[in-house]
Amino acid sequence: MSAFETVIGLEVHLQLATRTKIFCGCPTLFGSSPNSQTCPVCLGLPGVLPVLNRRTLESGLKVALALNCRIQPALKFHRKNYFYPDLPKGFQISQYDLPLSFEGVLEVPAAAEAPAFAVRIHRAHLEEDAGKLVHKEGSRASLVDYNRAGIPLLEIVTEPDMRTPEEAYRCLQTLKHTLQYLDVSDCDMEKGSLRCDANISLRPAGAKELGVKTEIKNLNSFKHVRNALAYEIRRQQEALSSGGKVIQETRLWDDVKGVTLLMRSKEFAHDYRYFPEPDLVPFVLQSEEIQAVRRTLPELPPARTRRFMEQYGLSSYDAGRLTSEKQLADYFESAVQAGGVPKATANWIQGDLLAACRERNVEILDLKVPAAHLAQLVLLVEHQTVSSRMAKDLLKAMMKTGEAPEPLVKRLGMSQVTDSGTLQAAAQTVVQGNPKAVSDYRAGKRQAIKFLVGQLMARTKGQANPELAHRILESVLKEGA
Amino acid sequence: MPDESLTSHPAHALTNLLRRGKCSPLQATTAYLDRIQALNPKLQALISVDEERAKNRASALLRADAERLPLYGVPVIVKANICTEGFEANCGSNILSGFHPPYHATVVERLERAGAVVLGMANMDEFAFGSSCETSCKGPTRNPWDLDRIPGGSSGGSAAAIAADLGAAALGSDTGGSIRQPAAMCSVVGLKPTYGRVSRYGLIAFASSLDQIGPLTKDVEDSALFMEVIAGLDSHDSTSADVKVPTYRAALRRPIGGMTVGVPKEYFIGGLDPEVERAMKQALAALKGLGVQFKDVSLPHTEYAVPTYYIAATAEASSNLARFDGVRYGRRVPSGNLQEMFENTRGEGFGAEAKRRIILGTYVLSRGYYDAYYAKALKVRTLIRQDFEKVFETCRAIVTPTAPTPAFRLGEKLDDPLSMYLSDIFTISVNLAGVPALSLPCGFTQAGLPIGMQLIAPAFGEETLFHLGSAYEQATDWHLRKPAAVAS
Repeated sequence: MSAFETVIGLEVHLQLATRTKIFCGCPTLFGSSPNSQTCPVCLGLPGVLPVLNRRTLESGLKVALALNCRIQPALKFHRKNYFYPDLPKGFQISQYDLPLSFEGVLEVPAAAEAPAFAVRIHRAHLEEDAGKLVHKEGSRASLVDYNRAGIPLLEIVTEPDMRTPEEAYRCLQTLKHTLQYLDVSDCDMEKGSLRCDANISLRPAGAKELGVKTEIKNLNSFKHVRNALAYEIRRQQEALSSGGKVIQETRLWDDVKGVTLLMRSKEFAHDYRYFPEPDLVPFVLQSEEIQAVRRTLPELPPARTRRFMEQYGLSSYDAGRLTSEKQLADYFESAVQAGGVPKATANWIQGDLLAACRERNVEILDLKVPAAHLAQLVLLVEHQTVSSRMAKDLLKAMMKTGEAPEPLVKRLGMSQVTDSGTLQAAAQTVVQGNPKAVSDYRAGKRQAIKFLVGQLMARTKGQANPELAHRILESVLKEGA
Repeated sequence: MPDESLTSHPAHALTNLLRRGKCSPLQATTAYLDRIQALNPKLQALISVDEERAKNRASALLRADAERLPLYGVPVIVKANICTEGFEANCGSNILSGFHPPYHATVVERLERAGAVVLGMANMDEFAFGSSCETSCKGPTRNPWDLDRIPGGSSGGSAAAIAADLGAAALGSDTGGSIRQPAAMCSVVGLKPTYGRVSRYGLIAFASSLDQIGPLTKDVEDSALFMEVIAGLDSHDSTSADVKVPTYRAALRRPIGGMTVGVPKEYFIGGLDPEVERAMKQALAALKGLGVQFKDVSLPHTEYAVPTYYIAATAEASSNLARFDGVRYGRRVPSGNLQEMFENTRGEGFGAEAKRRIILGTYVLSRGYYDAYYAKALKVRTLIRQDFEKVFETCRAIVTPTAPTPAFRLGEKLDDPLSMYLSDIFTISVNLAGVPALSLPCGFTQAGLPIGMQLIAPAFGEETLFHLGSAYEQATDWHLRKPAAVAS
């Protein structure tokens, strides 16, 4: 393994969630009946012409700015020529030498056991989506649905800056989270609104020159990306170790078999015969326009992380984790605004709440625990009304009923016993009832007090404040000595 | 018997008659339909006619406000590459047989809104690839002045139809001379507007950066009238210009004394037919008599125009014609698999000249050749445009012959593409430069074949063309002659 270094680059196609298509006025609704969202323009009928939807340009610009890209002041569209039934004009309108944006960078935050890293963005350009072939089972015929034809896409190409499948996975996640911040796409890989191809090559460790790469397609989830890359590393490694060569080719991921399969080799690669799209004029982006779009950008994860550290005193890991997803960060800030102590609020979110999300496979907003309720819970613990152990049970009850914690505490009689008189009496009973532990303690086995605290908690049905219980037991034991 | 008292008029005169109630739109339409029925079998100028649709539209005009419709009741003909709902827009190609567009081109919509009545679709070289109207899958159109000769192309059907009075005016398209060259060969007035002046929405593209729709008419006034209707910004065409459309007819019948017009030496060279040269000399003398001052000028990159054009135009064409794959509309040749279906459909659907241009265009865009051909052609194109700009610093317009020869015989150049391409040698530069040019009748050979003169103006200088053209037309009577071959 150590003999080779892996080099990975990604190409992401993102459907921009504009109301209408990129070059006509057709709606972009997903799931409509086949060919109902079409017009002569997106069907590529003879004689029609494309007209750029300026909103698409704005959406694309938003992403490009969020990825810290440089913006092309005068951008052009090109035709990418190839034949396929889902491509109504026999060419795709895309961008070539003057893309919307280039030379950006995506900061991937630290994960549990891995440091942060940066992935450079080579370019991000606009293009139109193609239609979709539908293969009917038991029939040799294929059907074409052009509803998708002309939906705006932003193609984001990274530099080959990733070294492991895990880094590629984290890069995609960070990208998705960033895009969700921008509200420009639903980033749903199952619906095809986010698609990804991966380029991968190996080179001897320490070498500068890149090895021969393969391109992997048909990756339908981030997990597929990770698994396919891991497989491809093994395959290329075996080829190189046994004195063979990696051949430049396009391969398809077969998730069922867990392998990549040859799709086409370099000799059969298309010559797309790019040339400037004569039906569209070059678009000049005035710097005021770019600034106007920049002003609409929300605070993005890197900046928000830094602010969370300064403003709330969170660790860089906590701040990075919370701000990675917009809804998580928004939820955290709402809870803090409602009075939640920042550090404790962060712990609750990253602990019990996210665990519950994983368990139920839902988002944090689906948990029936509004941020204000979480803030109340944090305060109940802070004011020692409930113990942290009780609070865990309380949270479970909140998730079940959707009730606020304070009335729940009353209804379930959960409030913590902090009355020292009551605890004093209970402690006496425990000391009297457990002579063995008491004599152990007095003989110097200080650990024995834990058992006695446990007994005291049991007697109070878990409602005793554990610290107070500890202190009172100590004093009772001292008295009796 | 066709009613010639109606069909011989130019559109502006006819619409005045109709407005004054001298006859009804239905009568005018019927007169033209009768003439089409009598003469089109000889000429093959039209490849589809819809009598019922035309008569219905003409009848419906009775309820319209004639004063507000500049083309009230004017029967028109549309080239078969301009989408007109209700007609097959087959571009003279088998591959589009059966294609009925579900929408109107912007120009057709504007014509009908102005009160025009579409009679039918005009024949053309397949996908406008040609200068003789012989490559149409529907067979050749014949020149009304000599039925053994070609009408010019590619808008040969439109030009022949107007010359033979089968319509009051026609629309054509011009990528390298396709309106002007047939106009010259059929003795009608043909205008190639400034690139961007007329919307291309609905024009089935040949070469998108060169194509323009323009009118073929019986005189200069009609050309101006039609431009007032069809020109102007269109939100469906990003390349249409946001430039105000003037009242072009205001430029008519005004003195031209003192106007400086350039005569480019590169256009009066060996190879020019002596009879064309003689007619041009007479035309220049006539213009001089009207007070025009001529200036010898040079368009030094003229010799590169034809090769530049055949690289730029075929590159775009190869891409524009990619959509004809048998999947969605037009002709499909059923085959064993997808690849074969593409190959067989295109192999059988396209004619020889279309295939030649697709292959040429694909080649010049291919990896490794792009820079040497396409990129170089774009650079030369800029030089050609600059040639014109330089001349227009000192001249209001340029005058040249429209074509180097009068109409040639059917089949004469069909197997010699190079010699066919040279037929557009005087018109191609204008498209590369994006400027407007007007061809108007300026004489006849001894054998009675029409000769055309081309006037070229700076971008958006159509008014100058009408100003100059109308003055010349007033002083001559070439435009009034009618072809004897189709006289009834």
